[in-house]
Amino acid sequence: MSDTHETVIYPKKELPAKYVQTGWALVAAGFILAAVSYIDDPHRAAYNNLIGFAFLASVAVGAVFYIALEYIAGAVWSTPFRRVSEFLAALLPFVVILSIPLFFQMHDLFHWTHDEAVASDKILQSKTPYLNVEFFVIRFVVMMAIWGLFYYLFRKNSLKQDMDKDQKHTRTNIKLAGAFLPIFAISISVFAIDWLMSLEPHWFSTMFGVYYFTGTIICALAVITYIVVVLSERGYFFQGIGKDHYYSFGALLYALTAFWAYIAFSQFMLIWYANLPEENFWFIARWKNGWEYVSVAMVLFHFWVPYFMLLSRPSKMDTGNLKRSSLLLIAVHFLDLYWLVVPTFHESPVFGYEEIAFPLLTIGLIIIVFAMQAKKYNLVPIGDPKLQRGMDFHL
Amino acid sequence: MLNRCIMEMEGSMAKKLYSLTAIFTTPNEIIKAAKAVQEAGYSKYDVHTPYPLHGMDDAMELKETKLGFVTLAAGIMGATGMISFASWVASVDYPQVIGGKPYWSWPAFVPVTYEIAVLMAVLLTVAALIVFFFKFPNVSHPLHDTPYMKKVSADKFGVSIQAEDPKFNEKVVGDLLKNLGGEVSPVYYSEEFLDFKPQLFEPKFILLLAGIAVVSAGGGYATWNKLLYLPPFDWMMEQPKSKPQSHSEFYADGFAMRPPVEGSIARGFIPYPYKGKPDEAAKYLVNPLLPTKEVLALGKKKYLTFCSPCHGNFGSGDSRLQGQFPNPPTLHSDKVRIWSNGSIYHVITDGQNVMPSYQYQITREERWAVVHYIRTLERALNAKESDLQ
Repeated sequence: MSDTHETVIYPKKELPAKYVQTGWALVAAGFILAAVSYIDDPHRAAYNNLIGFAFLASVAVGAVFYIALEYIAGAVWSTPFRRVSEFLAALLPFVVILSIPLFFQMHDLFHWTHDEAVASDKILQSKTPYLNVEFFVIRFVVMMAIWGLFYYLFRKNSLKQDMDKDQKHTRTNIKLAGAFLPIFAISISVFAIDWLMSLEPHWFSTMFGVYYFTGTIICALAVITYIVVVLSERGYFFQGIGKDHYYSFGALLYALTAFWAYIAFSQFMLIWYANLPEENFWFIARWKNGWEYVSVAMVLFHFWVPYFMLLSRPSKMDTGNLKRSSLLLIAVHFLDLYWLVVPTFHESPVFGYEEIAFPLLTIGLIIIVFAMQAKKYNLVPIGDPKLQRGMDFHL
Repeated sequence: MLNRCIMEMEGSMAKKLYSLTAIFTTPNEIIKAAKAVQEAGYSKYDVHTPYPLHGMDDAMELKETKLGFVTLAAGIMGATGMISFASWVASVDYPQVIGGKPYWSWPAFVPVTYEIAVLMAVLLTVAALIVFFFKFPNVSHPLHDTPYMKKVSADKFGVSIQAEDPKFNEKVVGDLLKNLGGEVSPVYYSEEFLDFKPQLFEPKFILLLAGIAVVSAGGGYATWNKLLYLPPFDWMMEQPKSKPQSHSEFYADGFAMRPPVEGSIARGFIPYPYKGKPDEAAKYLVNPLLPTKEVLALGKKKYLTFCSPCHGNFGSGDSRLQGQFPNPPTLHSDKVRIWSNGSIYHVITDGQNVMPSYQYQITREERWAVVHYIRTLERALNAKESDLQ
């Protein structure tokens, strides 16, 4: 509510080199472990690769989603932080890179690629028009192309605005966001069905796309929140970024946690209630041989713990609490993917260096890509007409 | 309200000073004013704006509201209450097997528990707001119906510093507010106005409420049930069903009533397999009833109703029908006495010679009771040695 609307002077500060160094160290460690595990046990490495790939996709695509969401909702509070989403969306090429080994491991991962199994299975036969390798690859390429195209357009306009401070770029991006969001809603479902649900080709859940979507946006928001809080505490954003902005992040994380629980429970309850053998085996597999502990951990750490961590008003503004809960939500998204993928391949939960390799690799990639982008571009969209209002934002 | 305005116009100085108020025209001015008043050290003051202002909480250095705890407590209460209620109903009070699941199937209770938790949280928060914060039923406030309140509830922003404030000095406060750029005016009040409380239990008020209830309920009833007569307020008078003896437009053959499927058996009905086979009936049928007092009483009642017109009250074939119908032979003959129970049952069920079947008049149980009663009659005329002792 300040009545002075002076032009924004943003002193660009370099991120410390240690961030990039940490990133490289993590990537190196992750890469070595991943290479060892690919030599040691390619099958196990493949599904861990899938988890890492899906995690990175969650962050990258979720970031594109938040860019579009800010434009279409006309949000002002998040404008000073939109660049964080834009930098994270630059991970999209690495999502493609992480997917490359998976295409060589299709036979290990996806039961529906086994011709002899399909030949003797009526259900799989009737699913072949959708579940075949050619169409699978086409879908993946099309989705990545669409996401990449929108990311490229959003970002091009946003960066141009830094130079010419022209409002028309915001208007263009609003239109683009309107086109992107429905496409995103469909493509994220297709992505989830292709890469995660088709691991059990006999199983189906109509809520699965939404389930993966909730995990995606929570994870992406947790990464954004963590980066914003850490950088803002060290003074990389403007003065005046304060508790009202933190509160908005906290409130959104809190709401999405409840949304995840709502979707996850709805998926469970409908299958539990109908108790049809073609659906319930998926949950039964996750409720025996030690998987029940993972399932309970999901309920506790994906819902109850972050829910109560973020319940009260002061806790949504507390930077320490925000960092802790976002780290928890990032970790728990890995657990979520582990819980979705691994029961298909193992009767009971397994944990070893193979399971650590890809989390290290992906977290390192996120740090490196973000730091390199932040080195090249402004951390704040200084030409955005909503920036001043965003900085003055008060609840 | 009118009285009050007139009194204000008179400007009676007998009334007490409540506060000095100042009117501002922009949100930024009022936030600046609130900050200045807070910094000047006043504690009993309030700010009135036509809509919530971002940043006002900070300017006034307001403490965190405690209302959230009411919401939390109400939510927890609603959740625990509902899950206990659902558990008790489903597993103790009215246990039903649903979908082959255990009585206590907690996932089924989660949606309703969640709904009730939200409902209780919302309702009790509003109730707490009204009772604790608005101090219901106190509806009077010195600022009510003042020109100040009219302005700040339309398009102006106001701050009001109360005379109760320990630092209050009319001149100092007036200067402070004037310097901030406000349009300063005092607000006076009278004790009796403040003491006014709505009399909720006054007979007139109660009568009014009752009148409203009767009129709205009666109007609603008449509208729904008499005027509009729409479902569900026709109380199922109008149904898409076939009435007895009516023609069916739906079935090709025009019959509304459908014959039961071949071989279907009515609930509780047991088919009689020995129709036309008296020998087998005699061989296989056993009386399932014991000749207790109740059974014999039932048998007597049915015998006297259905059998005695032809067979006579004591079974000796002395009909009351005056020859309108051929008299049956006595039931005390040697032939009948050595019959098995099954044979008598078979004759009642299936009929014999001119005697028709009685299976539609006398139920299965009753027929067996009648068999017992006939045996008793036979025994009465041809008692055994042991009976006479």
